[in-house]
Amino acid sequence: MIGIPSTFKISFRALRVNKMRSALTMLGIIIGVGAVITMLAVGTGASEKISEQMASIGSNLLIVMPGSSTSGGLRMGSGTQSTLTQDDAEAIARECPAVSDVAPTFNGAAQVVYGNQNWSTGITGTTPGVLPVRDWSLAAGRAFTDQDVRNATKVCLLGQTVADNLFGNMDPVGQIIRIKKIPFMVIGVLAKKGQSDHGQDQDDTIIVPLTTAQKKIFGTRFVGMVRAITVKAKSADDLAAAETQINDLLSQRHRIGLRQEKDFTVRNLTQMMEAREQATQVMGLLLAAIASVSLLVGGIGIMNIMLVSVTERTREIGIRMSVGAKTWDIRLQFIIEALTLSLIGGVAGIVLGVSGSKILSALAGWPTVVSPLSVLMSFSFSGLVGLFFGFYPAYKASLLHPIDALHYE
Amino acid sequence: MALIETQHLTKVYELGESTVRALDDVSLTVAHGEFVAIMGPSGSGKSTFMNLIGCLDVPTGGQYLLDGIAVGGRGRDELAEIRNNKIGFVFQGFNLLPRTSALENVELPMLYNGCPPKERRQRAMEALKAMGLEGREHHHPNQLSGGQQQRVAIARALVNRAPLILADEPTGNLDTRSSVEIMELVVKLNRESGITIILVTHESDIAAFSRRIIKFRDGLVVSDEPVKQAQIGDRR
Repeated sequence: MIGIPSTFKISFRALRVNKMRSALTMLGIIIGVGAVITMLAVGTGASEKISEQMASIGSNLLIVMPGSSTSGGLRMGSGTQSTLTQDDAEAIARECPAVSDVAPTFNGAAQVVYGNQNWSTGITGTTPGVLPVRDWSLAAGRAFTDQDVRNATKVCLLGQTVADNLFGNMDPVGQIIRIKKIPFMVIGVLAKKGQSDHGQDQDDTIIVPLTTAQKKIFGTRFVGMVRAITVKAKSADDLAAAETQINDLLSQRHRIGLRQEKDFTVRNLTQMMEAREQATQVMGLLLAAIASVSLLVGGIGIMNIMLVSVTERTREIGIRMSVGAKTWDIRLQFIIEALTLSLIGGVAGIVLGVSGSKILSALAGWPTVVSPLSVLMSFSFSGLVGLFFGFYPAYKASLLHPIDALHYE
Repeated sequence: MALIETQHLTKVYELGESTVRALDDVSLTVAHGEFVAIMGPSGSGKSTFMNLIGCLDVPTGGQYLLDGIAVGGRGRDELAEIRNNKIGFVFQGFNLLPRTSALENVELPMLYNGCPPKERRQRAMEALKAMGLEGREHHHPNQLSGGQQQRVAIARALVNRAPLILADEPTGNLDTRSSVEIMELVVKLNRESGITIILVTHESDIAAFSRRIIKFRDGLVVSDEPVKQAQIGDRR
């Protein structure tokens, strides 16, 4: 039996003889592998970005929103009814065992001023629970306490964007800023969080004690009203339990019967994000599947050229048979030739795919991640394509009759 | 024991309705070291006979023993192995691989019997040297004259130390001078190395180099006689 190294040598020679043809045949595989890698990179990039956003929002989150109000038969949409209170939030924290932290929020927008700088930003009134709920830490200073919430102290935490805009390089901690002309002491600066999943700058915010926002900045329709309650479950497994517990508790507190429509909704943020991540992954795989069709087409190109090559080299096959080449010697020769085509194409395709992903990131701003697995996968897939589409021509060659092959003109 | 022994060797082709008896009940033996010329007009069955002797084809009837091995009923790969070990082919059209050096052409048979690369190279060099092609090892066939190409082919036939060389009109594409050169090489191989030669030709002056001439017609052996010494004398 012929050795593999000798066979590779024969293949390289045969491919060198028809340089242009070999290059064009490889092009199919190059484009196929390149497309698969690029598409997988786009898919992986998108879902990694979503995971990142999920981490930035905080994990295992439920959000409780007030229900919709109805005005003259018009239902106004979620959050238009003011039915949630600070007491609800406290009750959830107290009575739902699956819940670890609770942050009722009351928010609005306001102009803030420091010295000759001013900035318009979102103000969120909440409780100290907001930091653990949103997995947020402080870059400087300290957080406010329950005491501050009880006393409606005029203290605030600045998001990075606000700190940069008002203070530049100065340390904001201990300075006094004015929110709607009311002086507030900056006691801390929040760590940078980046964009939310909607592209919103999460650092463009000021956090104040809940009661301060309710009483001193915005005012409320009734005492203790909150716009939403963000709840963190103890773990991912507790999310469903927490959801049920909150539903039961609030239905009871709001005296809602079984048949009645609830005046609040509990939304599972993590679940929503996971669904989005899944959708992105499916999308990415779909793209890769479409791309792999081009790899398949490349494989058909290889088969086509190998069939031509077998016909052209019928005499060579005859000579080899006459001096003792066996069935598998001939098969191996053509299979390895196809394999060489597809593997060289595969390597070039990897280069194309990786640089294509980089270019796509640079030009279109899409996040792309080339995973080693996708490279390995598409490379071995190209090898399989070579084997698969090389086999038939090789099989055909090996079945030639030595005499007919020798006398082929 | 004879090198070649055929018993009632028959090859019948089915061509649609009609059957062609290309070779009809041929029984003959060729001993080790013989030099046989096979002659006959085209369609006489001499090519069919050569294909069968060369294990390139299988008979439809009769038996063929090559060096004591019954060839009948063997598969493709077994036949390939027999060709590799026992038979060297020399063709009219040289049948060298194009764009491949003389050396690699001669190495070809050893590629298929697991000969280690070093030995392969060495034996191929020796075979080329024996054919007077020293210094032409790296020439491609298209850089060699017809006579030189045929000598490369003979080197290839010799390199596996096969006891039998089948030459199918080896001088058919050569001018007279090269033809004589080639035939003298073949005679030398036969005399000095004891290699059995079976040569197909339709030129009687080429056949005259041999010691025995077998004539075919219509698939039958019509004459089988030794070449008279006088004839050899005449040629010289």
